[in-house]
Amino acid sequence: MTTDVPVLDDEIGVGDYQYGFHDPTDKYVFKSRRGLDRDIVHQISEMKNEPMWMREFRLEALDLFYSKPMPTWGGDMSELDFQNMFYFVKASQGQEKSWDDVPDDIRKTYDRLGIPEAEKKYLAGVKAQYESEVVYGSLQEDLAKQGVIFTDTDSAVRDYPDLVREYFGTVIPSADNKFAALNSAVWSGGSFIYVPKGVKIEFPLQAYFRINTQNMGQFERTLIIVDEGASVHYVEGCTAPTYSSDSLHSAVVEILVKRGGRCRYTTIQNWSNNVYNLVTKRAKAYGDSLMEWVDGNLGSKLTMKYPAIYLMEPGARGETLSIAFAGKGQHQDAGAKMVHCAPYTSSRVISKSISKDGGRAGYRGLVKATHDAHHCKSNVVCDALILDSHSRSDTYPYIEVNHDNLTIEHEASVSKIAEEQLLYLMSRGMSETEASAMIVTGFIEPLVKELPMEYAVEMNRLIELQMEGSVG
Amino acid sequence: MSSLLKITDLHVSVDEKPILKGVSLEIRQGEIHALMGPNGSGKSTLAYTLVGHPKYEVTSGTIEIDGVPLNDLDPCERARLGMFLAFQYPVTIPGVKVADFLRHAVTNIRNPARKEGESLIPMRDFRKELKDRMEELGMDVEFARRYLNEGFSGGEKKRMEILQLAMLQPKFAILDETDSGLDSDAVRVVSEGLRKLAGPQMGVLIITHHERLLEYNVPQFTHVILAGRIVETGDASLAHELHNHGYAAVRQRHPAEAAEEQEHQKVTSKAAVVAN
Ligand SMILES: Nc1ncnc2c1ncn2[C@@H]1O[C@H](COP(=O)(O)OP(=O)(O)O)[C@@H](O)[C@H]1O
Ligand SMILES: [Mg+2]
Repeated sequence: MTTDVPVLDDEIGVGDYQYGFHDPTDKYVFKSRRGLDRDIVHQISEMKNEPMWMREFRLEALDLFYSKPMPTWGGDMSELDFQNMFYFVKASQGQEKSWDDVPDDIRKTYDRLGIPEAEKKYLAGVKAQYESEVVYGSLQEDLAKQGVIFTDTDSAVRDYPDLVREYFGTVIPSADNKFAALNSAVWSGGSFIYVPKGVKIEFPLQAYFRINTQNMGQFERTLIIVDEGASVHYVEGCTAPTYSSDSLHSAVVEILVKRGGRCRYTTIQNWSNNVYNLVTKRAKAYGDSLMEWVDGNLGSKLTMKYPAIYLMEPGARGETLSIAFAGKGQHQDAGAKMVHCAPYTSSRVISKSISKDGGRAGYRGLVKATHDAHHCKSNVVCDALILDSHSRSDTYPYIEVNHDNLTIEHEASVSKIAEEQLLYLMSRGMSETEASAMIVTGFIEPLVKELPMEYAVEMNRLIELQMEGSVG
Repeated sequence: MSSLLKITDLHVSVDEKPILKGVSLEIRQGEIHALMGPNGSGKSTLAYTLVGHPKYEVTSGTIEIDGVPLNDLDPCERARLGMFLAFQYPVTIPGVKVADFLRHAVTNIRNPARKEGESLIPMRDFRKELKDRMEELGMDVEFARRYLNEGFSGGEKKRMEILQLAMLQPKFAILDETDSGLDSDAVRVVSEGLRKLAGPQMGVLIITHHERLLEYNVPQFTHVILAGRIVETGDASLAHELHNHGYAAVRQRHPAEAAEEQEHQKVTSKAAVVAN
């Protein structure tokens, strides 16, 4: 092995997780001390040379973070130690426009993750966030010419202050929940996207989030504004090294889809099994628009994430497709929230969860309608597949509706891989692993077929990796 | 040299309950055998046991292909040695396309040493072959894109089994009531299909209550199973006789087994209804 290959953590069983390697950190530009207090928040704000309003926004959020209790539902966070984390780590000087200018170690990591390759083939733009900040960014020239903005949120605060100030924190206020408050206090990086009226972006924009440092907290902040009649597909991927102690990823994603616009936000989350992934994602969809969350959760130690869609005006539609895979030591508490704030709105949730090797996967969902939201439709389907007797699946569907002028359909099913199905496939020459993987792949196929080809292939590959060596 | 499937004094229990009580049978490649017997006599049990269903426990006796014992092999290994069962009740595998499933299956059966993740047979060749076989069986090629057995009618499921038989070309094929529950057109298609496929390279065991399948595929041997034992073996005329006159005469000739059958039915009348 040559020295320029990222270091593999030999002591810890990296297992099937192939992104568990990490890079050296000695050339980093800045690393805050461990822990969180007002000084750290000041320090982050100063490093970023922020306007006063943002600094005040942060400090206010910090107080909210302190004042809010930890959630008592969801997953076990008793081992999550806020004072043991690094809240701001800057690995390189700034954002580069060419991969050649990105520091070697970091560039090689993204090479290994296949990002530059994908960029050449089928992406309209890329942001690569490494630790706290974005280290590389690109956007196709013709899109820039049409007024599309795709930048990191730090730069957006500087370069598009009016747009940012108008929308930042309006979809998810800092007071929304403890982790939204935390993100608001210490946020760094994330994507800022503006798609002007009528501009339809054909190929996906992709962001890739990578944590490298042990006990790192990554708090990206994403804001997407899709103007009237415009459309965009944004994709994010995430990985981290396998360490013996925990890291925290706590993002806030705010989206506005204006009249007649379309936004699809696809996540393929594959954090290593030592990452707490506690993310708040919410979109507001206006008249006749369509907002879609496609949420694939394969990694992390604990994920609590319930992408929400507020249907603000008649004709707005919301869809969430969610896949959760919980293996050994993992708890995926995923779900969806649909809030019908206007009449003639519709929502659909399809959730598929798989648990194996003692993993726990669940669906937690809310469908809510305000008083005047009549003639709305909501359809929720959740299916769970449990691969062995020590794994677990939970379904918590909540419905808050004060009148009956609304159709809500809810179906839930839990199944085990039937012995008969395994026998059938094995009797046709499939090994037990192959047969199980085939059944699991088939189980999620209705969702995977919604993904663009490249991501569908990636999703199936990740599922196969999760399945390997797990049976027998 | 033709291969031999040899079953010797096979005893099989399900949930600790003995079902097969000493079955011996030899099937050579190129031969057609019929297995007949009343409901609950153990025909499906024999079929499942041969392919290695984990629920069917062999308490004694052996199954061999050319002297290689199969008892300890899993269903996948047996399939790769050339064993095939057309299931009486084929299961549905949601989300798995017929073509993807068959491409995996065909690859594994043709390269029995293949490990997971190793490459599959070339798409183009496979597509062509699949299309040809489907046309021969009068199947709509669209079926290749459907999910395996999902929403299939009874006849479509059975045809799918025959398609798999055609693609996998096993050394030994067991057909468990492949002709049951089909209209006469579908029975004809399945019977003709099997006739085209069965040849000197295939040993066939046909489990059936009907005549049609056997008219197209005339057995050299007919075995009668009663209460978990093969009580008689004859030629095609025995199948004909059983079809016309039922099992009364057989029961009379084998009073001990007939008594056992009655006893078993009393104990498991509920289970027997479910199983049949
Ligand atoms: N999966 C099973 N679970 C419980 N009992 C079974 C099962 N399979 C077979 N049996 C028992 O074995 C007997 C023989 O069943 P089977 O082999 O299906 O008969 P056949 O196919 O000849 O109608 C049945 O009466 C039933 O009691
Ligand atoms: Mg039967």
